[in-house]
Amino acid sequence: MSTETLTERPSRSTLFDGLTRYIPIGATVVLLLVMYLGGIANFRNFDSPQVVAGLFIDYAPLLVIAIGMTFVILSGGIDLSVGSVMAFSTMACAWLTVDSGVSAPLAMVLVLAFGTLWGLLIGAVIHYFSVQPFIATLVGLFLFRGLTLQISDTDVSMREVDFWQWGMTHVEFGGKVRDGGFWLPYLSFVAFAVVIVAFVVLHYTRFGRGVYAVGGSEQSALLMGLPVARTKIGVYAISGFCASLAGVLAAFATKSANPLANVGAELDAIAAVVIGGTLLTGGAGFVLGTVAGVMVWGLLNTLIAFHGGLSSWWARIVMGVLLLAFILLQRFLARSGEKRRT
Amino acid sequence: MNPYAKRLMWPVLILVALIVVNIAATGIDFIVPSVNDGRLGGAFVNILRRSAPLMLIALGMTLVIATKGIDLSVGAVYAIGAAIACQMIIGQEDQSAAGLIFSAVALALIVTAVIGAWNGTMVAYFGIQPIVATLILMIAGRGIAQLITGGQIPKVQDSSPFTQIGRGEILTIPVPIWIAALVFVAIALLTRKTALGLLLESVGGNPEASRLAGIRSKGITVLVYLVCGLCAGLAGLIGAANLGSADANNGGLWIELDAILAVVIGGTALLGGRFYLLGTVIGVVIIGTLDDTIINVGLSSQWQFTAKAIVVFAVALLQSSEFRGWILKPFKPKPEIAAPAPAEEVPAK
Repeated sequence: MSTETLTERPSRSTLFDGLTRYIPIGATVVLLLVMYLGGIANFRNFDSPQVVAGLFIDYAPLLVIAIGMTFVILSGGIDLSVGSVMAFSTMACAWLTVDSGVSAPLAMVLVLAFGTLWGLLIGAVIHYFSVQPFIATLVGLFLFRGLTLQISDTDVSMREVDFWQWGMTHVEFGGKVRDGGFWLPYLSFVAFAVVIVAFVVLHYTRFGRGVYAVGGSEQSALLMGLPVARTKIGVYAISGFCASLAGVLAAFATKSANPLANVGAELDAIAAVVIGGTLLTGGAGFVLGTVAGVMVWGLLNTLIAFHGGLSSWWARIVMGVLLLAFILLQRFLARSGEKRRT
Repeated sequence: MNPYAKRLMWPVLILVALIVVNIAATGIDFIVPSVNDGRLGGAFVNILRRSAPLMLIALGMTLVIATKGIDLSVGAVYAIGAAIACQMIIGQEDQSAAGLIFSAVALALIVTAVIGAWNGTMVAYFGIQPIVATLILMIAGRGIAQLITGGQIPKVQDSSPFTQIGRGEILTIPVPIWIAALVFVAIALLTRKTALGLLLESVGGNPEASRLAGIRSKGITVLVYLVCGLCAGLAGLIGAANLGSADANNGGLWIELDAILAVVIGGTALLGGRFYLLGTVIGVVIIGTLDDTIINVGLSSQWQFTAKAIVVFAVALLQSSEFRGWILKPFKPKPEIAAPAPAEEVPAK
């Protein structure tokens, strides 16, 4: 049918029924395994567990952002502001603790509360004023990049504040790295906690089911009596919280704030979510798929780093190709689903 | 007032307000063009010249948005166009050869048109949402541009005539303004003097109904993305010629957002259907003037992002009928008396 070829939101009531819905995430997992085994076969030391652990250190902020983005995309929206909100949160942490003398834990709470409130506000604008998510979150992208630059247009170090040492304090598993063990910093555990909470909320709570329902069809969700307003505003609040939390994690990880950090992080997050098998039109996808998507992005960069001879831009090209492959796969599954029914 | 003029009223008022602020801050020289060395100058002409790449992209974007689409890849395509032309020119001994410049420009335009057509094909024939289909190249495009330049920033000799595309002038008017004006006139004539514009609005309004009415909506969709890619490539050429180099990472960074913003300020809704080319032109000049205004009124350049955010927010809210209803509610005449009236009238009917 060509009805849905050009319209904004294809009808996909028959999409991803039964086992079909696990095909995209299955493909992502297979891809991850192939990449990992390929790395082991080609590079020495790639089999060290620290390689995998490293993914959860370097990509913990991206993981947290992508989890928030998963909620938004599942509900049929998009959040372009996350990169800027994240950079702003890191900068605000630095500004509050270094320049204004606010105690660090209080600064962290303030930043998280602010990110959540911003998400609530933008969600309300999107829902009550029917502003398109793309445009409404574009405001956040510009606003917070601007505010970040206004706080400081150079790097701010947070090294003197003891509190920011906490995040990289690490726990060793199975001994030293050279003895075959690995270590993870506390900030990785924060990211794990976010994943677990998101998994439970999305798959085992009423709110989570509401997110899927609104993403599947907002009209139907409304007619079913689901709290559409609460759900739609809620997902942007979650995304805002996740973005500011990612900013706090970045503050822990680097102990400095860069006003131009995370430009384009929203794209990485969206790409990770799509590669993780979540439909960009909303209504279908998994939290764990997003984890796999972020791992693909991280492993890709790790492979390129191990290779040494390839430049980092290959990561973006490969990511684009993967994105294309996954989108075509989703399209193909959607079409075959429609054919089976009719 | 006809609806077309009504649509343009707000953008024109904003632009006039910005210009008045600038004149108040820097004097009448802001708007009056001057001629230096046989070349038109002055603050406002410079704004127009600098806005030319954004103008081209926004015009292409207007057509795409008219078909209910969006093209996020234009910034990356800009970088690719710039990279191809510069890389080809610096590869040769004689960077001033007319044939070389011509073929470099032609190759860049052909490649960017093909990229645009690819986006269009994904949207029209594979049935992928425009925002997703163009996201692929938005992510991969700058990588491709860096692949072309080998991670370097190719610098064209200043003596090469290629730089004239960005810096030169014809009949005292800067070349970028000529190019932008020509493209505007060409697109305006094509869409308003032929049936093409009507077909575009039809496809944006309802693709299936258009198809049933005998319009080849898929072909038209591919065409508008092709034109958008071509415009982005041309914009990249102007940008690269102006700088004399192609920066794959930062060339045309966020220009897709500015372009979408210009289109929306110009009164074209993202929902497809009606489009306003003149509105887009005004939107682009507003964005260009905004940057200068911030400097002229004495704010630091960091305010540019914040000011842009405020403009987007204001425009988005003003265009929302729900918001207008909500904000105007206190001013509506006596709703508590008007409310029960219909209930009493029902039996009478």
